[in-house]
Amino acid sequence: MNFFVEAFAWLADPVHWVGADGIPTRLGQHLWYSALSVVIASVIAIPVGYLIGHTGRGRSIAVSISGGARALPSFGVITLIALSVGIGLTAPIVSFVILAIPSVLAGAYSGFEAVDRKTVDAARAVGMTEWQIMAKVEMPLGLPLLIGGIRSAVLQVVATATLATFVGAGGLGSYIITGLRANDYPKMLAGSILVIALAVALEVVFSIVQRLVVPAGVTAGRPSDTRSKAARPGAVTATPLTKGTQ
Amino acid sequence: MNWIWSNSDYILDKTIVHLGLSVPPVILAFVISLPIGWFANRYRVSRGILTVAGLFYAIPSLPLLIALPVVFGTSLRSPVNIVIGLTLYGIALMVRSVADALAAVEADVTQSATAVGYSSWQRFWRVEFPLAGPVMLAGLRVVVVSTVSLATVGGVLGVNGLGLLFIDGFQRDITAEIVTGIVLTIVMALVLDFLLVLLGRVLMPWSRKDAELKPVAPVQARQKVVLP
Repeated sequence: MNFFVEAFAWLADPVHWVGADGIPTRLGQHLWYSALSVVIASVIAIPVGYLIGHTGRGRSIAVSISGGARALPSFGVITLIALSVGIGLTAPIVSFVILAIPSVLAGAYSGFEAVDRKTVDAARAVGMTEWQIMAKVEMPLGLPLLIGGIRSAVLQVVATATLATFVGAGGLGSYIITGLRANDYPKMLAGSILVIALAVALEVVFSIVQRLVVPAGVTAGRPSDTRSKAARPGAVTATPLTKGTQ
Repeated sequence: MNWIWSNSDYILDKTIVHLGLSVPPVILAFVISLPIGWFANRYRVSRGILTVAGLFYAIPSLPLLIALPVVFGTSLRSPVNIVIGLTLYGIALMVRSVADALAAVEADVTQSATAVGYSSWQRFWRVEFPLAGPVMLAGLRVVVVSTVSLATVGGVLGVNGLGLLFIDGFQRDITAEIVTGIVLTIVMALVLDFLLVLLGRVLMPWSRKDAELKPVAPVQARQKVVLP
């Protein structure tokens, strides 16, 4: 327990809150790498995932990629890429993108898959085009699962970004790695506490966002064929009335 | 390739040590998750355990491994520290699987078991546990694969295992060494996963359909949002 006291003393020391090795700088780097990689991964994976989810083609490949990626050791990926492209920012970003893609992909296609086929058929029956079905039915209904996938990707990347410093790219992990090398236990513990706090905070934020994006009228985990009394007359009467008065 | 042949003993040693790091946490996590998962499923109030477990799984591995010695008094660079850390991650994943698996056992079946005179202990082991088997196996497969992969993080701390190949390969500029480490980690994860599936077929011959070699999609496994 004594070490925890020392670690918090390290965190409270104003010296560690300023400069190029200060906590705000390192936190900024950490968040920047993570955000950039997840955005790049999303740009690549979401369209592909949507295509797979909508057409149902290539599903088995997507499942094997997203399942098999779990076995991929992130530390190995980052060192391998650092060796081939050299020390700096490229190596960590490329490896984080590789590590983030499977989760986002899984979130995108499983979000589409989770949409009841009857709902999709109904949308087709009322004359929606395939694009409209994707944009107005499958995307909103699949959004919670997509956010879930992005959430896993963010957590994976934030965790792996701890190792970015190992290949010379800073981040909160730099306290851990320099602490390890110098056998400075309070320092590495302080770095660990920062990373853990960041990860837990992001997890909480994402779980809240995931709940917020559930479309109105859809309650996750519960059958939604019960319509609330308040919504019903509104839905039936509101539109024709305004049109009639015009 | 030359590197691999001239260092086969070294690689073999790392592989065996890695196996020793990965297998105990999986077994421990399963055994410990059973009562916790049962408890989480049995009482409404204790569903909160699942939230805590989910949050725990969000903790990055390297910081956790560094913080553990303060809590458990282990040495930072000892394999025991890694085994404890991996066991905790395994529990965090497995508790939800156990709770979900037990929740999926039909109430009619458990009530019938009670009706024909099973005590709650007998009912658990002879009815609920076997019926929850396939879902628990799916969870355990996720645990085994992620454990083998996570165990490489020990390499950063200097703990023996396949993770050391990454550090050593990076510092000495040997690409083959890192690639060997990655490939062996994946192969070990897949082999252990396959063995679990085989074990499932032997122990649960009735669930052949469920236990097919199907990779589990990560998001679906972790996050169960049911859309209508």
